[in-house]
Amino acid sequence: MPLASPIKTREERIMNEVTFSFVGQTLHALGSGALWWPDQNLLCVSDLHLGKSERIARRGGPTLPPYDSKETLTRLSADIARTNPSTVICLGDSFDDLDASMAINAAEKRDITALQAGRRWIWIEGNHDPGPIELGGTHLFECTIGSLTFRHIAQAEAPAEISGHYHPKARLKTRGRSITRPAFLVDQARMILPAYGTYTGGMRSSDQILCKLMDDRALAILTGPAPQVIPMPR
Amino acid sequence: MTQIPARITDWFAAKGWSVHPHQQDMFDRAEDPATLLIAPTGGGKTMAGFLPTLADLAQRDHAGLHTIYVSPLKALAADIRRNLRGPADEIGLPIRIEDRTGDTSATQKKRQRVDPPHILLTTPESLALLTSYEDAPRMFAGVQRVIVDEIHALAESKRGDQLTLALARLQSLRPDLRRVGLSATVEDPQAIAGFLARHPDPCHIILADPGPDPDIRMLETKEPPPWSGGGAAYSVPAVMEQIKQHKTTLIFHNTRAQAEIFFHNLWLANEDGLPIGIHHGSLDRQQRERVEAAMVRGELRAIVCTGSLDLGIDWGDVDLVIQIGAPKNVKRLVQRIGRANHRYNAPSKALLVPANRFEVVECVAALEAAKAHDLDGEPRGAGPRDVLCQHILIAAAAGPFKADTLFAETTTAGPYFQLTRTEFDACLDFCATGGYALRAYDRWQRLQQRPDGRWQLRDPRAAQRIRMNLGTIQDTDTLKVRLKRNRGGKPLGEVEEAFAASLTQGDTFLIGGQIVRYEGLREMVVEVSRRADRKPKVAVFSGTKFATSTQLSDRILRMFAQSDWPQLPAHTADWLALQRDISRLPQRDRLLIESFPNDGRENLCVYGFAGRNAQQTLGLLLTKRMEETGLAPLGFVATDYATLIWGLDAVTDPRPLFQLDALRDGLETWLSGNAVMKRTFRASATIAGLIERNTGGQRKSGRQATFSSDILYDTLLKYDPDHLLMQITREEAMRGLVDFGRIEAMIARIGDRIDLLRLDRVSPLAAPLFLEVGKVPVKGAAEERLLAEESARLLQAAGLEPG
Repeated sequence: MPLASPIKTREERIMNEVTFSFVGQTLHALGSGALWWPDQNLLCVSDLHLGKSERIARRGGPTLPPYDSKETLTRLSADIARTNPSTVICLGDSFDDLDASMAINAAEKRDITALQAGRRWIWIEGNHDPGPIELGGTHLFECTIGSLTFRHIAQAEAPAEISGHYHPKARLKTRGRSITRPAFLVDQARMILPAYGTYTGGMRSSDQILCKLMDDRALAILTGPAPQVIPMPR
Repeated sequence: MTQIPARITDWFAAKGWSVHPHQQDMFDRAEDPATLLIAPTGGGKTMAGFLPTLADLAQRDHAGLHTIYVSPLKALAADIRRNLRGPADEIGLPIRIEDRTGDTSATQKKRQRVDPPHILLTTPESLALLTSYEDAPRMFAGVQRVIVDEIHALAESKRGDQLTLALARLQSLRPDLRRVGLSATVEDPQAIAGFLARHPDPCHIILADPGPDPDIRMLETKEPPPWSGGGAAYSVPAVMEQIKQHKTTLIFHNTRAQAEIFFHNLWLANEDGLPIGIHHGSLDRQQRERVEAAMVRGELRAIVCTGSLDLGIDWGDVDLVIQIGAPKNVKRLVQRIGRANHRYNAPSKALLVPANRFEVVECVAALEAAKAHDLDGEPRGAGPRDVLCQHILIAAAAGPFKADTLFAETTTAGPYFQLTRTEFDACLDFCATGGYALRAYDRWQRLQQRPDGRWQLRDPRAAQRIRMNLGTIQDTDTLKVRLKRNRGGKPLGEVEEAFAASLTQGDTFLIGGQIVRYEGLREMVVEVSRRADRKPKVAVFSGTKFATSTQLSDRILRMFAQSDWPQLPAHTADWLALQRDISRLPQRDRLLIESFPNDGRENLCVYGFAGRNAQQTLGLLLTKRMEETGLAPLGFVATDYATLIWGLDAVTDPRPLFQLDALRDGLETWLSGNAVMKRTFRASATIAGLIERNTGGQRKSGRQATFSSDILYDTLLKYDPDHLLMQITREEAMRGLVDFGRIEAMIARIGDRIDLLRLDRVSPLAAPLFLEVGKVPVKGAAEERLLAEESARLLQAAGLEPG
């Protein structure tokens, strides 16, 4: 994968990501909501919800703009171009349901195949897509790479775990206005990724469920053009 | 029918009344396809509307529905039912009169469809809903007349457009249907007539005697009003005094929040314990009904209220109307004042209470305008296409339809008579397939064409979803408020979801005149307990926004040019003199700009006096240039007189902001990314059926599944910028903005006559702007700077190394 000039890439990286340490590993939270682990050359994204617009229409709902999957894949391919990972993990709810994985159109299937070429691709099962799908890559309930475990929904006593599912977002009150962004949540034992899919909403970090999962010293990393670390708002 | 039946004239005589000339006119024109009556409140307008109906029912038996009465308010429908029952009984008409609104029980509604009353009193939404049922033709089979009350109010919004489409539907079912409109005084009666009548039917306009001019004055108080603020707390003793001197006083406020605060203050000052009530749309229905009933019985001395009591409800003997806060619109002021002294030919009495000193100036200008019968108003635009999309879905819910027939029917509605077939087909395509450049929904179309060419719902269950999302009123999401009890306490009313989200346990706020303490959120209900504190901690929920604007700018500028102000109270004249002293007063051919710090932010106040739409456009343009020149704007708000912009850095040189070439460059991109567009999109997408407010199931408490409509807007902007809804959004947004060309002309005209004054604090004239509603956020570099600043502070406070 050809990269842009190294200097520019370096600048972009400084602006567009936050580097932090998680159970002894150095990880990068990208402003897009993806997680980059340089030591393993691994990129992880969660809750893509591909095919969401199709599923809503199929169930008798409104016909939303059918460009969500394309937009999600466009952003994912930009992150892959930037990091050139040897492994990509999609952390569950990659498809809005199993039928949606069949229904995505030919162009989107080609995009996925192109992204998969030359790298290991792992689909973790989510509650929306709890079974194998007819696209390349490996299908797993969970997987452990190095010292970290990747699964869709956080478990009670699970050290060094990376999960998704809750679509966390965090709100910060500043002197100008209050700002809410999708956010990574991270503490001593676990990390929860924000939703990467285009048509996704979020759950406030102050929600009881998230407050119970994360310890008192948890941090939130707000996504955006210049991601920021704050103590997790409760 | 040539003569009013004796039974009815006898009844008039027994009451000691005579038939008013306009009532006789209405009767004489009973067979006309459409008639518009313009009469002041209290002029026997309702009787004029119903007279032909009562006469007809007095002379022959009629099975089923005879007359449909449509009003903008549920309360008005209920009120008319009460006021019609009496005459019908006294005349001896064994007829059924029932109302049907969002408040009617499900059993009652079901029965009405099977066995409709003779007279049905309803709202535009409930009428549209009735046309969506398959059995509509049977229910409407015998309808003779439809009466649209307060039609001037309906014509101001999309509710009116929806109503004309429902009337077109009714007229197809009943070609002989006759239409009657009842209106308060308006600036352009012909426009209302065109709105009411089936196109191209003629519509005769009957003008009743407008009666004597109202007696409107400004309330004199010992305390001067503050520089800024909207509560008018200073006026409470003087208002209390007026209540004591009158029989029943209505106290109007521009927002619900202001009504709550004022009621609270009034209650604290109510040493004699006078019976005073509060009434506004966020209160629980039972609470509202209790106040209405007490008013009908004449038990209340005063009612603190908002627009929910705005229209011609005939309750009790109101002898004084008090308007708190500047009347934002002269027409509405005159209509509100019609509430007082509901007797024909007696002048209405009203007092204006400005909430701050700028409003004193506005009130004086409004009084001059009212005296000069100078009513303001904006011409109606063509019927909006988002409402048409909803109408197509409603038609589909009622059963299969032919596109040709529906198009022909649509163009008989006044607002849609110029609709082209291409425009109609685009709306139909949107309803059927989504209308995207990418044909994605061939299998899952919402509407499908049958072999016979007619269109129908693909999934019949969709009919229910369409009905649940019917209407054009853009409710913000609200949550119910209840007292905390074991099994669910007494309901108090509703607050906006965003307000509820800002509360933490222990916060106190006002609702229904009580101070309550926020205890928590349970299953989407805000639970509160009663508190006896004197001061609520959080007092404001944003409530209804007052969007209409005045045309008072010229009168105010003329006043500013005077050397002194004998027509103003001394405190306000002093205040203007102070503005002249520490800054300047705006002038017609110059542009005054003030720059000053306030509350940790930098502010720029631009006094264009160009009307709200132009000031709004100016706000968009200037924030674009400020973003480009690194001044980190955060947002702005526009009034008829000025635009206030706040940001992180001070403007020291206005010239780069007003460079025409730079303003034009990249304007399209800036406008399309703006919050005004996104807000407009959300409203139109909801009306057109792309976003469903109600999905039948319970709302999820964790909001993972729902996502912001801004995402849909951004997606369309990127992949399908010419989509129908984007066209509608641009069209709609432009109704609240003016052409860039007009601003360009203004900037060119002003030239270098721009006066930038750097002040060390907010000026007298700028102070009231800080409390304006309708703030537009600007999303740009400022947000990232604020995030970085605040996160560094938080991390440091937590003893962590900034990342």
